[in-house]
Amino acid sequence: MKRSFLLYFLITLIGIIFIARLFQLQIIRGANYDPIRNSAVKIKYDYPERGYVYDRNETLLVANQLSYDIMIQPNKVSPLDTLEFCDLLKIDKEYFLKSFRRAEKYATYKPSVFLKQLSKEDFAFLQEKLQKFKGFYIQKRIIREYPVKVAANVLGYIGEVNENMAKINNYYQQGELIGKDGIERQYEKILRGKKGKKFLSLNRFNTVTGSYLKGTYDTLSQNGKDLTLTLDIKLQAYAQKLMSGKRGGIVAIEPTTGEILALVTAPSYDPNMLVGRKRSKNSNFLMDPKNPDKPTYDRALMAQYAPGSPFKMMNALIGLQENVINSNTNFKCYEGYQYGRRKNEFMGCHCGIIGKPIYLKTAIARSCNSYFSNTFKRIVEKDNRPSEGLNSWSEHVKSFGLGNYLGYDLPAGASGRIPTGTFYDGRINYRWNASSIISNAIGQGDVETTPIQLANFTAAIANKGYFYTPHILKQIDKTPIEDPKFTIPKKTTIDKKHFSPIIEAMHEVFKTGTGKWSQVNGIEICGKTGTVENFANINGKKTQLKDHSILIAFAPKKNPKIALAIFVENGGYGSTIAAPISSLLIEKYISGSISKANKNREQRMLNLSLEKTYSQFN
Amino acid sequence: MRQEQNNIFAKIDWLLVFLFLFLVGFGWMNIYAASRTTEDSELLSFTTKHGKQFVFICCTIPLIVLILFFNSKFYEKFSSIFYLISIASLIGLFIFGKKINGATSWYNFGSIGLQPSEFVKAFTALAIAKLLSDRKYNLKLIKNQIKAFIIIFIPAILITLQPDAGSALIYLAFFLVLNREGLTLNYLLFGALLILVFILIIFFGYIPISLWLIGLISIGLFYAIYRGGKRFIRFNWHKVLMIYVLTILFTFGTNFTYNTIFKQHHRDRFEVLLGLKIDTKNIGYNSYQSELTISSGSWTGKGFLKGDITKGDFVPEQHTDYIFSTVGEEWGFIGSSFVILLFMLMLYRIIYLAEKHTNKFGRIYGYGVASILFFHLIINLGMVIGLMPTVGIPLPFFSYGGSSLWGFTILLFIFIRLDAHKNYDW
Repeated sequence: MKRSFLLYFLITLIGIIFIARLFQLQIIRGANYDPIRNSAVKIKYDYPERGYVYDRNETLLVANQLSYDIMIQPNKVSPLDTLEFCDLLKIDKEYFLKSFRRAEKYATYKPSVFLKQLSKEDFAFLQEKLQKFKGFYIQKRIIREYPVKVAANVLGYIGEVNENMAKINNYYQQGELIGKDGIERQYEKILRGKKGKKFLSLNRFNTVTGSYLKGTYDTLSQNGKDLTLTLDIKLQAYAQKLMSGKRGGIVAIEPTTGEILALVTAPSYDPNMLVGRKRSKNSNFLMDPKNPDKPTYDRALMAQYAPGSPFKMMNALIGLQENVINSNTNFKCYEGYQYGRRKNEFMGCHCGIIGKPIYLKTAIARSCNSYFSNTFKRIVEKDNRPSEGLNSWSEHVKSFGLGNYLGYDLPAGASGRIPTGTFYDGRINYRWNASSIISNAIGQGDVETTPIQLANFTAAIANKGYFYTPHILKQIDKTPIEDPKFTIPKKTTIDKKHFSPIIEAMHEVFKTGTGKWSQVNGIEICGKTGTVENFANINGKKTQLKDHSILIAFAPKKNPKIALAIFVENGGYGSTIAAPISSLLIEKYISGSISKANKNREQRMLNLSLEKTYSQFN
Repeated sequence: MRQEQNNIFAKIDWLLVFLFLFLVGFGWMNIYAASRTTEDSELLSFTTKHGKQFVFICCTIPLIVLILFFNSKFYEKFSSIFYLISIASLIGLFIFGKKINGATSWYNFGSIGLQPSEFVKAFTALAIAKLLSDRKYNLKLIKNQIKAFIIIFIPAILITLQPDAGSALIYLAFFLVLNREGLTLNYLLFGALLILVFILIIFFGYIPISLWLIGLISIGLFYAIYRGGKRFIRFNWHKVLMIYVLTILFTFGTNFTYNTIFKQHHRDRFEVLLGLKIDTKNIGYNSYQSELTISSGSWTGKGFLKGDITKGDFVPEQHTDYIFSTVGEEWGFIGSSFVILLFMLMLYRIIYLAEKHTNKFGRIYGYGVASILFFHLIINLGMVIGLMPTVGIPLPFFSYGGSSLWGFTILLFIFIRLDAHKNYDW
């Protein structure tokens, strides 16, 4: 074989392969391959109007408004009088040059935004004047508007699709609008509708010659759908007002449906701040991680606090279900509970009943730590196997939706924490028992919940053993939602009969216990206050801060209409802040207004500010 | 002297010259189609790409005359000097070069840039020809093989460092030359095997592939033992062990290279090509647009200057590396196959002429020319029609650019000059 054969052979082989490939591309696929992607076709989008958002009483919460952007197409710009132009737009020359360069860098033959979101007045004025500047024109755009200036955390906001997002998601082009938080994000697909597409043919000068293939591929736009939320915006606004000057979260739920009536985080902000030209400045301020108020952090959904005394009801319910206590069970309390042999292994108690037998109802009404420590011990050590005892305790707790994401329809959340036997097996390296983890008995220690989880827990008590997963969406285009996730009740592991004594005791709290100063005439409130110790790391030292003020409540006692949980950070006793605020909210929701007798209470809460407390440790 | 000149012109291979002229001319037409905009209709303005290319083409005429002017002995005699100057020019880049698109491959003289790597190919071919044409030189000796490898790899490594791995890849073409001159085919087969295993590893992951390879080798081993008995193992155990170790090292090494040394954009190019990733917007954009542009040509194409995708500037770098997509769109299957056939004809002709050389130097150089052109065609056309990963090297004689045009002109016409000499009496 001649040595030249190899090269001849390779050349022939490659030549045949290449020509065969050309045949495949040009003849078999041919010109009609992927016509839409074919670049000599240009797609023009027709943007539908984004859906409106209403509250449960048909109050308009989110609407659309027109905004006007000045667009630029650099290759069409002819020499212009920069000074006059800048004066007209009220910009300086630096901005002009910067924007111009940016537009040129993007593409000289494609339009891009030069100046964003003019006011309507500016638009009317500029519309004519701008005509003499070639390459500039005004483009209408739809932006959001919030007539009621509250519930920013629920409503969320929309923003531009960035380059990355446009790469990942085929639907969006860079610069289009997309829901970025709250329901705008959660229900983006319903709100946005579907944009229409028109395929236009281009000639070789890149100008449009008409519709492509007589519009065979064109689609019409579909308007976004309107959403009706479960929120009662009046209650929401009132709650936000009451929380001014405080930090914390409130969640109110309708127990019979799981509908969220109010979802408050404080401090909050006016949703209109994230619209228009001030947007980037405002968002820098709001989302600044150094801003101690963290206004964009939804405390109602994301803040994980120890639940404190309200959690005692959980232990009572489990005790009853596991049959380790009943209505005749009593414990004695000597100003606290000695859980170990050493002197400091002692948990104090402020129930005030010393040495006398305490029964369940009194224990809840007076929030006796000893009673629930004993109960917790009996639950955990029922079969003398603490790890398994705690595991089954944990199962009961989790059936109330605690310790995991609840599954509500908002994009933010936290799981909270309910410890299990396995959790402590891994953490404690000696043989532990109930005494080792006794803080959990009174809702401290390792138990952590979010306000919405606690509100849901309250709703489950109000319902005597079941709950509907909390949700924010009520109707789509006036048609009630049918998602079984939200319309089928979830059962807890506690039998219905065990709830009655607990509810009686919670009623007692507002009649004679820690909530008695926050009663409302004519409404039977059942609730439980809590005061939660908390610590922070200040300058490297673990420092005890002022207690969190907590309360859960539902009302009326018969046929409950509202169940709520409220956390006020560093508010002190549950009875001093959380209780009056929740009684005001309950009165407002059930009666529609605050009676004269309670006006004083309202005024006190509105004026109360904790700014001074917060400034100490910020 | 004058008489010799006349004789030279009578003896040169006019077929190659015509092919050269045709490819350059047709290439320019396509550059014109690709770079023309509606505003500048002037043909010869130096501000447009096609205007510049026209000037570059005009400059090849004195260049060709100059090349033909020298005696063919001259090229043989001075080949080492040329080679050393080439290497110096590549080294000089690291000091005086200008960075364009992330690679320091250019010298800048005012508004004109020169890319030395385009010229070094020809001079490396001369150096190899000089080395191998030595009567006493025997490529079967490892010592001599290493000498040849050094000559090839010095420029290749310098170019890789620029970094311009695409242009460096071309130097592998010299293995075809070495093979012609007696280097065992095993090198090429081994190289092809490595490429195959590399692709399989990207496709299936390195663990299954190494298991398969070990399995196959084991089957081979059992067969060998079956045939050769225990003696086989006794005498060859170290070789067997080596094969196993090398196989495992290679698969792991490939995996490591691919995942750690390669950058994401390199990986993406392979994965898009192998269909592991579907992507028409980003990495795959070039190839996808290029394929689409070619597809739209059908049988006869849309006609000269009528390619609307070409016009719309949708294929990036269409006047340089992707120039063939213009041919596909405007001249269709007929036109583009014709171009491929012309290139094949040119290569056949060069090999044919080289084989007829009685002078070893001329034959080896001719082989070098054919191999370099062949590699350029495989890589460039393969990329444009979506059969090879994206590697940015020009299409010979076609692509826009002075350096590459002159580089290929020098490469080809030195051969034509040597060839014209061969019928002369030595």
